[in-house]
Formats: sequence, C-alpha cells, structure tokens
Amino acid sequence: MSEEFERPSKRKLDETRPIEAEAGVIKKADGSARFKIGDTEAYAAVYGPRELHPRFLQDPKTGILRCNYSMLPFSGDGSRVRPGPSRRSKEISLVSEKALIPVMNLEDYPNTVVDVFIELPQTDAGSRCAGICAASIALADAGLMMKDMVAAVSVGQVRGAMIIDLDGEEEHMDENEGTDIPVALIPSTEQITLLQGDGIVHRNNLIKAIEMVKPALKKIAEEQRKALHKKYNTQIGDQK
Amino acid sequence: MNQEMMEHIKQALKKGTRLDGRRPDEFRKISIETGFLSTAEGSARVKCGAAEVLAGVKMAIEKPYPDTPEDGMLMVNAELLPLSNPEFESGPPSIASIETARVIDRGIRESKTMDTKGLCIEKGEKAWTIAIDVVPVNYDGNLIDLGGLAAVAALKSAKFPFVDKEGVVDYHKRTDKGVDMKFFPIPVTVSKIGDVLVVDPTDEEEKAAESRLTITCLDDEKICALQKGGSNPFTADEIEKMVELAFARAKEIRAKLQEVK
Amino acid sequence: MGELIAKDKDVVVPGQVIAKGLDFLPSHGTYRLKDDVMANKLGILSVEGKVLKTIPIAGRYLPRKNDVIIGKVNDILMSGWRLDINSPYSAVLPLKDASFDFIQKGTDLTRYFKLEDYAVAKITNVTSQNLVDITVKGPGLRKLKGGRIVKVSPHKVPRIIGKKGSMVSMIKNATGCKIIVGQNGWVWMEGEPDMEVIVSSVLKKIQAESHIPGLTDRVKTYLEEKTGKKIDLSQINSEEKESEDEPRFQHRNNNGNRPANNNNHGERK
Repeated sequence: MSEEFERPSKRKLDETRPIEAEAGVIKKADGSARFKIGDTEAYAAVYGPRELHPRFLQDPKTGILRCNYSMLPFSGDGSRVRPGPSRRSKEISLVSEKALIPVMNLEDYPNTVVDVFIELPQTDAGSRCAGICAASIALADAGLMMKDMVAAVSVGQVRGAMIIDLDGEEEHMDENEGTDIPVALIPSTEQITLLQGDGIVHRNNLIKAIEMVKPALKKIAEEQRKALHKKYNTQIGDQK
Repeated sequence: MNQEMMEHIKQALKKGTRLDGRRPDEFRKISIETGFLSTAEGSARVKCGAAEVLAGVKMAIEKPYPDTPEDGMLMVNAELLPLSNPEFESGPPSIASIETARVIDRGIRESKTMDTKGLCIEKGEKAWTIAIDVVPVNYDGNLIDLGGLAAVAALKSAKFPFVDKEGVVDYHKRTDKGVDMKFFPIPVTVSKIGDVLVVDPTDEEEKAAESRLTITCLDDEKICALQKGGSNPFTADEIEKMVELAFARAKEIRAKLQEVK
Repeated sequence: MGELIAKDKDVVVPGQVIAKGLDFLPSHGTYRLKDDVMANKLGILSVEGKVLKTIPIAGRYLPRKNDVIIGKVNDILMSGWRLDINSPYSAVLPLKDASFDFIQKGTDLTRYFKLEDYAVAKITNVTSQNLVDITVKGPGLRKLKGGRIVKVSPHKVPRIIGKKGSMVSMIKNATGCKIIVGQNGWVWMEGEPDMEVIVSSVLKKIQAESHIPGLTDRVKTYLEEKTGKKIDLSQINSEEKESEDEPRFQHRNNNGNRPANNNNHGERK
C-alpha cells in the first residue's frame, strides 16, 4: 500500500527537495551561510568566540554555543508571524544548540560564547532542520573546530508511506496517522544529535525511519561541504 | 567614534572624498529584486554596496479601527536583526528600529499612495490589513532609505491572496490584483558630517554623523514625510540644500524602481 | 598501507576524509576516526611526510606573545586600560607599560588613553587563562592619533605585509600613506584622502586574490594604474630599517605559547 503513495511533488519516497547551499553570505559575521531546501530557506550567522556577559554564564573550561532561531514575520505558511521570540522558537533554539554541540570543540576558548543566529525568510516545513544545516556551514565558515558537519532533515509517515523531507503539503496530508520526525546526524559516526517526533509511530517503524534517513543526511552533508569548498576555492574577482 | 578619527573623516570630506572614494552626494550602486518569497504576498531585496535589506508584505482581513470603519490598515515594522551586525543585540525592539519603522511608515502612509478606503471589504466589519516588515540581512548603514525603498518595492509587486466564498483567505493562491499605488515615496536621508552633507552613509560614516534629516520625496516636488535625527541643529539654509540633494537622489532611485516589475 | 585522499594545499572542511590508513599521523586541525584521518577545521591541508595538519584560513585572531597588534580602548581600569584586539579575549595595558613617565596612582588615566583611542601595541604575555598583556613602550609603539582603521582577515596579514615587508612597503611608497598592519587584522593608515581610498581597495584586492600566483605584480600594476605613477621596485628597501614611525614587522614564528594551536600561517605560493 505504501509503495503506491504518490507524493504531490512527484518525488521518490527517499528523495529530498532541491538544495541550495552557500557560505559567507553575511559579510560582518565571523561565519555565515544560506541553506535552502525546496521552499524553506534559512540564513545563519556566527559571531564569536566573543566575550560572554554576564559573567555568571561563563564556563571556565570551555566556550559555550548559543543558538537563536527565529522566523521572519513574512515567512509563515499562512498569516503573518508576530515578531519576537515565541515558545516554539525558544524550543527550536534549544534543540538546535543540542544538535550542533556534539561536533564542536570550544575548549580553546574558555569563558567565551559563540552566538549563532538563524533567521528564515520563507518556510515550507522542515525549518528547524534547514536552520541546523545552515548553522553547521556557518560554524565551519567561522573557522571553528568541529569534527564534522551536522545534517538535518525530517522523516515521516504519511498515508502509510515512510518519506524523507516532508514539505508543507505532506505535513498536513494525514491528520490521523501522519508523523513528522526531524533528525540530525553526524555523518562520519552516524550518531543522531536531534530527534523529535510529532504524531503516532510504531516503535519498529521509528527504527526503520532512522535507518532510512541516514543516506539522505549524508547527501545533505556533502552539499554543505560543497558550499564551503565553493567559497574558499574562488576565482579572481570573487570577494570574500 | 573617537574624535580624532571623526576629524580625519571630516578633513577628507572637505576635499570631497569619502572612505570608499565616493563623493558626498553619491549613493552606492543599488539593485532591486522583487517577488522572490513564496510565503509573502509581496517581497523585495535591496542591495546597496555591502548593505542588503529585505522587505516582506503580508495581507490579512481584519476588523477596521472603530474610528475609521471604512478604511483598511497599513503597518510597517522593522527589526535590526543581530544576524546582520555584531553590534545588534537580541531583545525587544530598540529605539533605532522603532524610529526606522515609523519613519518608513509615515512616508508610505502620508503619501496617500494607497487608497485605504479601497481596502475596505465590508464597512465596519472587514478590511484588508497590509503589514510590511523590513529587516537588514547585511547591515552597512542607511537602513531608513534602503528599508523604505524595499518596502515600497515590495508593496508595488505585492498581489492579494485569494479569498473564498466564505470570506476566508487562501494564502496558497494569489490573485492578479495588486495594490494600486499612485506614487512611489522615496526616503532620502542626508547626514551632516562636520560641515559636509552626505547621502547613503556606510555603518562607519553613520557613527561619524552628528545629525541627519530624512526627506521622503513623493514625486519631484512634494515632500510627504520628514524626520530630523541626531543631536546637532541645522540652519534653514542647510535644510534647503538637504532638500535639493534628496530630490535629486530620489528621482534616480525612483527611476530604478520603475524598471523593476 | 594507507592512501592520501586529499592533496597537499587542498582546502579541507570539517568531516572531510583526508587519508585512509593507519600510516598517516593526525596533527593540528585533523583527527583520527577508526582508520581514517579527518579534517577537524576549515583550512589548507599541509602534508609533511606522514604528518597531516591544516593551516587555518578563517576564524578570529588568537593573541600570541610578541605580536604587534592594533587595539581599541574599551574600558579604563584601576591599574590600566582594557583594549579590544579583535580577538575572543581582550587585552590589558598595565600602567607601567603605558608610558615612560611614572604614572602615579590616582592620576586621571584618560590623560594617557581615553575610551575609543587606538594604539599600536605589542603582546608581552598570554597566560594559560587567556589573559593578554600588552605594552606601548617600544620602537614604533604608541597611541594612534587620527588616521583610519581598515579591517582585514588576520589570515591574510602575512600576504599584506609581504616578504620582509615588501608588499606593504610598495603600497606605502606608491600612495605616500603611513600604514601599520596589526597581526590581529586591524590596519591603521594615514595619508591624503584619495590615497587612503587606494590603500583600502588594494587591501581588498590582496585578500581576494591572495591564493592566485603573481599577486605582487598584479598589485604593482594596480597601484600604478590608480596613482598614475610608475613603481620602481629596486627603490623599495625590502629590509626595512626601523624608523621611529613604524614598528618592525613581525612574521609569525613557530614559538607561540599556545600549545593547542597551529602557528604556521605561512604564505601559499
């Protein structure tokens, strides 16, 4: 039954939407990136390591990572999103931070902070994953020590079919049994750094979903690395 | 900014040279792009040198204000994204972002470019609200002018969303109907650095400017909004020169805008 | 037993496999994952025999003892001043290192350095706690008056200075500007306004084209075009004598006191 599910976008079940990734788009930042997957687009800017105030937040053993995720007012699927932090954006900031920290090594920078700002000018599902992908490129662009990129995308169940990278239409297709599972991965070790779930999924299917999404995530990581190579292997006339 | 460095900039200006080689009355090269955001009813990106500003238009049907039951509503908001500049902090809107938004808003509202009565759907019950949000992505000064231009460009290219028979907005479908704009109000801010009047300051120049006057030009003769900023006063003579400079630049910028769909 | 996947002088990015096999030894900026050597940081791969390391090409300036840097005063303390040196850590200029005069306790310190003053200083010490001490007592070191500051990538500073100061000397000669290049990526200059504009644009050019061979000639041609004056390279004294004006240019040596860091920022040919 699930094999017959035809995605509105005509994509294969394990196919992501087209990806655009670019590094160094925000000149004043220490590192930056733009990551677009389908109609979901995220900008990330990294400032730091820099001094952290107030003092009590400082960690004498390492620098800390601080993520700030936000959707621009005109980026939502329907009506305008009121500017300012919401409970949702604060939660996404938190899980994004936890998704990125495992690859980072900020021990050379005690008492400092690395600030990551993520802003989305347009979204069509998968926004937190796009944000994490952009942030990962930006952190590398900032010259920070990181074991690997962190790639993120959603996997889910819609009308009995397991699919990768749900778009907005697919997110709403199955009101009863649809599931949306954002996953982030360290490609070289296959370790999972983000895992959330929305909807009902059978425990066996969860394991299947995680195995299914790994190849897609590794492909995304290749796009992320390509974006960095593209920036740093520039021709005459290209300004940094 | 430290006094001696400010002096250095002022001395250079006296010789007609700015930090990037421009003349005091010269704008950086502007490019305008519209209609590229899928989720916004109107969108624009303005690039000016290293600066980059986005504007997005969202439309909704709401109850009109009780004292103007036949009018739709316009709102302009601006946010100085910490993403765009290491000196911007997270937190509630700063006074700078509030001033920027209100000056851009006044320019569009007072130009009467839009017939707000035309936005009314049902007197006292339903009218269109148009919200324009302006944000820098790469900050390098002159946000009022660039944001104001982006706002007008986004509005110009905006299309109303489809409304079904029950009066519910379907944001996934856009109509061909745009906002009828009679004029294109263009704000031009003239800053005073030392004795020299300068347009389109970079971030660094803004720090050296002690005062500024934003003149929103409706067309080639009429002003529809004004805002003086900064601590130093102007003479009437200086104001006249600033107005002349603003209209000259606004004309060129408006011509550029009219080339964009 | 082992295969090099990336080449010497390739740009490598985090998570990229540089080599397969236990033969190779990971060093700064690389690490071993099972049988592979992976990149730990964005950088340029350096293969020295079996040792693999990366040379940083991005990231903020890390303070190093003996570096000459340009700083900006952002705080006045009891015992001196704190300066922003474009680094994750700020630097402290103690009273005793601020002037050859004896500074009495209780003196109004703004007589010497005010907030937002710039200074060219030398790093005297970097502790394991990342406390950075600087001095302005020394040849060419001083408070900077006027002029302007241009920010460049600290990783491009060696190219901007050139071998024995040859690149920056050529720029100074062509434009008549005084120029001091801080290892931290802040460059101070002072000269005729239109000459300063040329210096600023040539610095951008050097940063954009530093990896392309023939840079010195291209810069020479660019300067000649912009200034309308021919440059005679033999006139430029590459072995810069120290003048009271300019501190001697430091090339980074391999003896920085940050054990975890790669010190060789070397030039790509």
